[in-house]
Amino acid sequence: MKVLVWITEATWPACVDAVTDLFPDAEVRLLAAVPGDVAAQVSGARTGLWGRGAGRDPGARVTAIAEEATRAMLDAAAGRLGRPAQVELRTGRVEREVTAAATDADLLVLARDGDLSRLGPRSLDRHTRFVVDHAPCRVLLVWPGRAPGLASIPPPPDHP
Amino acid sequence: MSPGAEALAAVLLVAVLAFAVIRPRGLPEAVAAVPAAAVVLLTGGLGWSQAAEETAQLLPVVGFLAAVLVLSELCARDGLFEWAGQFMARRSRGEPHRLLLLVFAVAAITTAVLSLDATVVLLTPVVFATAARVGVRPRPHVYACTHLANGGSLLLPVSNLTNLLAMTALGIGFVQFGLVMLLPWLAVLVVEYLAFRWYFAGDLTVSAGAGVAASDEVALPRFSATVLALTLLGFVVASLAGVEVAWVAAVGALVLAVRAVRRGQARVPEVAGALNLPFLAFVLSLGIVVKAVVDNGLADAMAHLVPGDDSLVALLWWAGLAAVLANLVNNLPAVLILLPLATGGGVGPVLAVLIGVNVGPNLTYVGSLATLLWRRIVHAHDHEAPLGEFTLLGLLATPVAIVVSVLALWASVQLFGGAL
Repeated sequence: MKVLVWITEATWPACVDAVTDLFPDAEVRLLAAVPGDVAAQVSGARTGLWGRGAGRDPGARVTAIAEEATRAMLDAAAGRLGRPAQVELRTGRVEREVTAAATDADLLVLARDGDLSRLGPRSLDRHTRFVVDHAPCRVLLVWPGRAPGLASIPPPPDHP
Repeated sequence: MSPGAEALAAVLLVAVLAFAVIRPRGLPEAVAAVPAAAVVLLTGGLGWSQAAEETAQLLPVVGFLAAVLVLSELCARDGLFEWAGQFMARRSRGEPHRLLLLVFAVAAITTAVLSLDATVVLLTPVVFATAARVGVRPRPHVYACTHLANGGSLLLPVSNLTNLLAMTALGIGFVQFGLVMLLPWLAVLVVEYLAFRWYFAGDLTVSAGAGVAASDEVALPRFSATVLALTLLGFVVASLAGVEVAWVAAVGALVLAVRAVRRGQARVPEVAGALNLPFLAFVLSLGIVVKAVVDNGLADAMAHLVPGDDSLVALLWWAGLAAVLANLVNNLPAVLILLPLATGGGVGPVLAVLIGVNVGPNLTYVGSLATLLWRRIVHAHDHEAPLGEFTLLGLLATPVAIVVSVLALWASVQLFGGAL
């Protein structure tokens, strides 16, 4: 079975552990994506300064730092997994990149990232919601850390 | 002056601004602006004495700007921003909400003291690295830097080139400026903070936990920090003593430059490069071209657009007008055009103009619609990141921030107006 694990900041250990626990024999691919808009936002802010800050594009700096940090995160994930795995880094619109990468996977493992102080709502942030909505394969949604109790669900609305 | 020269000045201004937006082959803005200013002078669009007067008024401003550019660059080379990054990483304890608050504080202070240029160019990459090191999603923190570069630039004259121009036009001191702008500055920070908490709620729930790797220790660069603090104190003292504050900035920059060169942190050409002479030439030239246009028709044409009093409604109107103008092209020409009109109305209208031109550029991620359109044309076939991601937050937060800030300005003028 081909398992694709979406590695994101802070929540990736839970995803890696889920794969270790549930799919010890699966063929694993670890994927992280660098969002394109963050560096573009920084380059844009630099453009707004016109000729000041000449000769430097902080956007390019941010891109370099982002790729380095994401690679480090992937390395840490591979280390935690502790068995051979493919590692992949993509750049662009994160939600689209992850969805596209999932086309040749049997299972996509990702962490929920909405409000983590209660079971819900909302369980998913915008980009994660997009990936879950559009995933072309089975999806395993992992709780990062310990899930809160049932009492964290808001009471049902009053019906007449 | 002849109607021909009038029209020519207007055409030249449009050409200079278009060149600045398009930046063909990445050439400096001065390439178009300096010849344009020369043509304005030679064709009689502006008298030589008026041009000399305008230049004399702008010179201390560009001198101040140059000194601050050098100061911030040398502080960066001495590791001040790395230290700030380490400070934020430690204090955040892996909590994205805490980190956002720290980023807001550091970005607002950096912008206020070392100008928005320092925040955009020097602080933002450090903030990204900090978020990555803490292990939280960087997007809210990086966006906060870019928003606070504009929104946080209201406090001190040195925070933004537009403020320096306004302070000079008003003839008020450094201390008075800071006193009146404190409340409007805080108002923008609060509005932006609430907007960020709401807009990035999802990204900000993902906590990294307390186990942040304490990486290499960066010591506070005491010398640079001390020079910076003394320079700031010097601004206050010089302002109270009636001395041109640009001299204080120059002394601070010189002290850091001598030390940096002696320690091999920077070479002399690099320090000279940080002065950014082409941009200073651009500001002086743009000042001449704009003055020719304003004095010869634009002021009269805009007279019916601008309010005559300094009531709250009038201040809101000034800020709105300034924000619109800043968003059409850029805040620098906007402030040059509006200042002569607003100065007659006194402190309130001029500072309302500043709120518009400083906070307004957050509406788009590149600072103006002209630049945004141009980039969309140029990058139509590239995979440039989606527009919605940038602009929705700006569209939501910016108008509210401007209105609340103007309310704070109005209150501030009532409170401190007597001290001006």
